[in-house]
Amino acid sequence: MEQRLRDLPLRIAAVVERVEDASAPDPIAERLRDLGFVAGEPVRLVARGPLGGDPLVVQIGYTRFALRRAEAARVFVRQAA
Amino acid sequence: MSALASQVALVGNPNCGKTALFNRLTGSRQKVANYAGVTVERKAGVIRTPSGRQVQLLDLPGAYSLAATSPDEAITRDVCLGRMAGEARPDLLVCVADATNLRLHLRFVLEVRALGLPMILALNMCDAAEKRGIVVDRARLEAELGVPVIETIAVRADGAAALMARIDGELPPLAPSGAPADLHAEVRRLLAVAVRVPRATGEIDDAIDRWALHPVFGLALLAVVMFLIFQAVFSWSAPLQDSIDAGVGALADQLKTMLPDNTLRSLLVDGMLVGTGSVVVFLPQILLLFLFILVLEESGYLPRAAFLLDRLMVGAGLTGRSFIPLLSSFACAVPGIMAARTIQDPRDRLATILVAPLMTCSARLPVYALLIGAFIPKATVAGLFNLQGLVLFGLYVAGIISALAVAYAMKLIRRDSTEHALLLELPSYRVPHVTDVLIGLWERASVFLKRVGGIILTLTVLLWFLSTFPAAPADFAGPAIDYSYAGRIGRAMEAVFAPIGFNWQICIALIPGLAAREVAVSSLATVYAVAATGDEAAGQLLPLIAAQWSLATALSLIVWYVFAPQCVSTLAVIRRETRSWKIVGIATVYLFALAYGASFLTFRIASAWS
Repeated sequence: MEQRLRDLPLRIAAVVERVEDASAPDPIAERLRDLGFVAGEPVRLVARGPLGGDPLVVQIGYTRFALRRAEAARVFVRQAA
Repeated sequence: MSALASQVALVGNPNCGKTALFNRLTGSRQKVANYAGVTVERKAGVIRTPSGRQVQLLDLPGAYSLAATSPDEAITRDVCLGRMAGEARPDLLVCVADATNLRLHLRFVLEVRALGLPMILALNMCDAAEKRGIVVDRARLEAELGVPVIETIAVRADGAAALMARIDGELPPLAPSGAPADLHAEVRRLLAVAVRVPRATGEIDDAIDRWALHPVFGLALLAVVMFLIFQAVFSWSAPLQDSIDAGVGALADQLKTMLPDNTLRSLLVDGMLVGTGSVVVFLPQILLLFLFILVLEESGYLPRAAFLLDRLMVGAGLTGRSFIPLLSSFACAVPGIMAARTIQDPRDRLATILVAPLMTCSARLPVYALLIGAFIPKATVAGLFNLQGLVLFGLYVAGIISALAVAYAMKLIRRDSTEHALLLELPSYRVPHVTDVLIGLWERASVFLKRVGGIILTLTVLLWFLSTFPAAPADFAGPAIDYSYAGRIGRAMEAVFAPIGFNWQICIALIPGLAAREVAVSSLATVYAVAATGDEAAGQLLPLIAAQWSLATALSLIVWYVFAPQCVSTLAVIRRETRSWKIVGIATVYLFALAYGASFLTFRIASAWS
């Protein structure tokens, strides 16, 4: 089932499906792709921020990034079987 | 004869250990300045190669991509493309990649390779990679990439020797230009054939992050870290500050006995020496604070702190990245505003710069100490807390809350709802390296002294002039300063400041207090004709003002100091960092307006109540 990275439960292994542009052009989506959010990449949520669960810490490839929920909403993932 | 490199540039992702490698290669032979026209730092140095040649080395700002999204990345792109005015195009690029983070870093390596310049790949942090069981087939990677690949360990003294030897040798051939259509696919292919990674993350990182990023423990840990820093900054620096103060005093006395009593002596001693001394006194505090910030930065913790506080800061119209500049501003707003360079987004950066002066800097402490000592009783509240201490704490909190409120108000006024990204990398934890911390400390201290020294010196001389001329005639009854321009200005200012309860003596003290807030204390002492300076003056001044001022006046002055931009260095550094007089004007006007309004309310309420 495809879902937004924003809504993925903590520490569940998933795979990136695509990054959606929120506007045209969308430099944030472009940067997310540069950072490795591309189809087939393993991804998981490591932590949620203490206030309102924002921002998120995401493990992508060998790297950890803090992303705000709005940024993570652009990334669609599928939970690994 | 084959070509040799003379202009070498280091490029790489942020957090690839590039700057540590730069330090290993250049030692202390480096120069920090700005690129022309922007506030991006330019770090350059000279390498002496084994064969005795001198090679210019440039440490370019870290970048995730040549499709730049920040001024830093734009600089890196422009220098690499030879489009940067006043900057020679490098004839050799050393692309640095962290061996533990190749999935991310190799993509940028491929982007840089496509530029078609002679290039070396420095595979950094090979020791950390080895510990994690990561195996890189160097020869295979070199063959696949078509550029020389060299293993380096930036935290070891000899960790860059192989790279140094390669830079010394003849230039590698031009890198194969032209990028594969899909860089990510190419990175995956390279990783599959040349790299073996048993585990995507470091076990230590996972273990620490479980606690450091935890919603409850993480915040508690952050609170403890901040508390320890404050304790250290204020208690450890005190003896050093006292000895600097005493040293400046002794030197002044010495000069006074050596030189004839004339205007020149007054300019040298009262103007220049005491004026610059009042800035140097804060150096221990600023160095200690920088030390902690550098250690936190090197260890990889600061981005975690920014993550924990981001939501709170965004609510107020700032960003998690504002945390570091605002923390620095507790020592002094000048380095704090300079640290705002780390905020890439111009809107967030401007908001941070504008509220940084509201953080209670250490120069306010002598003023607070005097006024609290004179007017707040030494009572114990709830059988536990010292009332004077509580008031001081309250002043710190007032500064923080007003900064958040001002940032929030700016957010409302701006009505700019466009999205600004956080996209903050949380690098692997690292044990800070002593040399790198010391080099960083030296850089920041010298920049601080150079910038502030010039401004402070100029202003103290100007203020000395205003408070000295015209000289009072021999039969003039009051203190000499009363007769001077400063005295006359103080009298004229009284009309404006009477509604908030300031008498003319306070008004006079406000003028020299513009150069540095704490100077207001010694100026008050001068105005009240107490024959002493500095701390001693505060001791004798205290009973005097306690007897002569009303509580309402004292409270009003305290509140004034919470807000007023009583510091020309801060305004000067805002001008330098924003390159805009308009922003300096906005900061000055809003801070004075806030100070006047708050002091007016305080004075009126306190007068009516007492």
